Amino acid sequence: MKILSKFLLFVLLPTIFLGSATKQVAEPGKNLVPLFIQFDNRVGAQDLVLDTKEYSNASGESFNISQLQYFISNIILRRTDGKDYAIHQDDSYFLVQENKPATQQIKLMVPNGDYNQLTFVVGVDSLRNTMNISRRTGVLDPASSMDNGMYWSWNSGYIFLKMEGESPAAPADPTGNRKFRFHIGGFGGYSAPTINNIKSVTLDLPASGIVKARKGRKATISVSADILKVFNATTNLSIATHPSVMFSEYSLNIANNYHQMFTHYRTEN
Amino acid sequence: MNRGYYLFIIGLLILLSSAGKIIHGFEGFQKPYNFPEPVYEMAKNPVTKEGFELGRKLFYDPRLSRNNTIGCGTCHIQGAAFTHHGHDVSHGIDDRLGSRNSPPIMNMAWSKAFFWDGGVFHLDLQPLVPITAHAEMDEKMSVVLEKLRKHPDYPALYKKAFGSEEITSAKTMKALSQFMLMCVSSNSKYDKVMRREGEKFTKEEEQGYKLFQQKCSGCHTEPFFTDYSFRNNGIAIGRNDDRGRFIITLDTLDAYKFKVPSLRNIDVTVPYMHDGRFYGLDKILDHYRYGVQNTPNLDPLLKQNGQLGIPMTDEEKARIIAFLKTLNDPQFLTNPILAEQEFLLQYDK
Repeated sequence: MKILSKFLLFVLLPTIFLGSATKQVAEPGKNLVPLFIQFDNRVGAQDLVLDTKEYSNASGESFNISQLQYFISNIILRRTDGKDYAIHQDDSYFLVQENKPATQQIKLMVPNGDYNQLTFVVGVDSLRNTMNISRRTGVLDPASSMDNGMYWSWNSGYIFLKMEGESPAAPADPTGNRKFRFHIGGFGGYSAPTINNIKSVTLDLPASGIVKARKGRKATISVSADILKVFNATTNLSIATHPSVMFSEYSLNIANNYHQMFTHYRTEN
Repeated sequence: MNRGYYLFIIGLLILLSSAGKIIHGFEGFQKPYNFPEPVYEMAKNPVTKEGFELGRKLFYDPRLSRNNTIGCGTCHIQGAAFTHHGHDVSHGIDDRLGSRNSPPIMNMAWSKAFFWDGGVFHLDLQPLVPITAHAEMDEKMSVVLEKLRKHPDYPALYKKAFGSEEITSAKTMKALSQFMLMCVSSNSKYDKVMRREGEKFTKEEEQGYKLFQQKCSGCHTEPFFTDYSFRNNGIAIGRNDDRGRFIITLDTLDAYKFKVPSLRNIDVTVPYMHDGRFYGLDKILDHYRYGVQNTPNLDPLLKQNGQLGIPMTDEEKARIIAFLKTLNDPQFLTNPILAEQEFLLQYDK
């Protein structure tokens, strides 16, 4: 009981709070039509190119990116009549990986209609982080998430965003390489509270076009993710001083930064 | 060669037939009379004979490691209460060394958190750590599943245990849990005395039990001889500055705290502490008598009335050790259904 009450406090309450804001407008299953979200990872205005291209951040440090991946989950679409449609929970987890273009396009099934707002979580909600292993399927399956290096087995929980690369600004690591590694996660703790890097992003669509989901069409919301924001948004992150950020207090700064990296830039109906 | 060989085979067959009889009487998971209700939700993974046997086969199967050399049973040896007897830290794949002492696998159904720092909160998620850890089995889960799918026996065993030949992470973890849940140690002399099954403590054990209740049970609570909390017991900070529970919670008040270990079968789980630094029961008690250091977050029970440690005479120490030995559970340590069967089964075909 004591455990359960702690569990309620740290895990269920935030989830219930998130969930209560959602009013479902249609039952999943019948008469759903496809809707796509395309994630374009960028560096400022340029398309992100792995390994070979050199970039520089606001601290003037040059770097390249060798890997970038992040979880997108808990997707909610707001219809133009103000009602929300939440994608069925079990179908609401995606891993976007820069080296696998197919993962950058997320396919959803939604009721026919016009939508003017998109909300999603960058990462994995606390409830799914603590759910029975039989409910962890698809990208959340340990055979998938762990192979992709997106699960901390020793401190049970998913890594929400992982970005690694090389930079002359980074101090040499024990292998002699100058790498930076950001592995950001933390769902708030199971039986004791700890860091919570679950971030919800809401994008208003009208400026770049509301999306009209129709049968037989391929309505697509294109979202850019500017990885310069990982380095520079609320906090100005220097590779030289923080070459390796994983499960630590400092990760809160990076999550607050990448929280701001998503922009809706195009709609195709 | 031949005669010895045949005798060996006959011996094996006898062993096998007796093991078979015991398995025939498989009664599933039984809660001992003097234990509380399990923490593990048994209804979500009911222990069956087939699930348990699959879990046992997986537990001892070195295919779970990258180069098929290390099984769970390598560092968790039944006769040592599923610890790595004699090893301060274990050598895993390619003889790589870990940084923590291999903990026992017993009474897992009542455990609220796993590992010395409690970083894993569910038994079903526990095996993912050693399977993928660089210094332990260093394998990828997807490769483990692929090896099992290609194995001549596993698909059928998964079908028997879970209704279909499909081999998934969840089924694999649940089968391993079923095996570990069956590792119940509840038949020590202490248990038999408590359950009034006819055994009696000697005078020295009885005195030791009373002293234990006064001096040790604040953390090593009956019947598991742990309260499953995380505490700093005043051992010197390790050279690697392992901060224990802090690594999981990032709370400075948790620095240098480790899970209070159970004392069941303590006589066979040497060496002791999270890094295996103490090689004898008397060394542990001497630590509490003379060795407690006032490091950050030292447990308040170890600095009462301005005194560090737990006062104890030589005689009291001897009595407490006599009592601790009543926590040995030979039935658990030698139970044939928990032993590796694979070798025997080869001759069953």
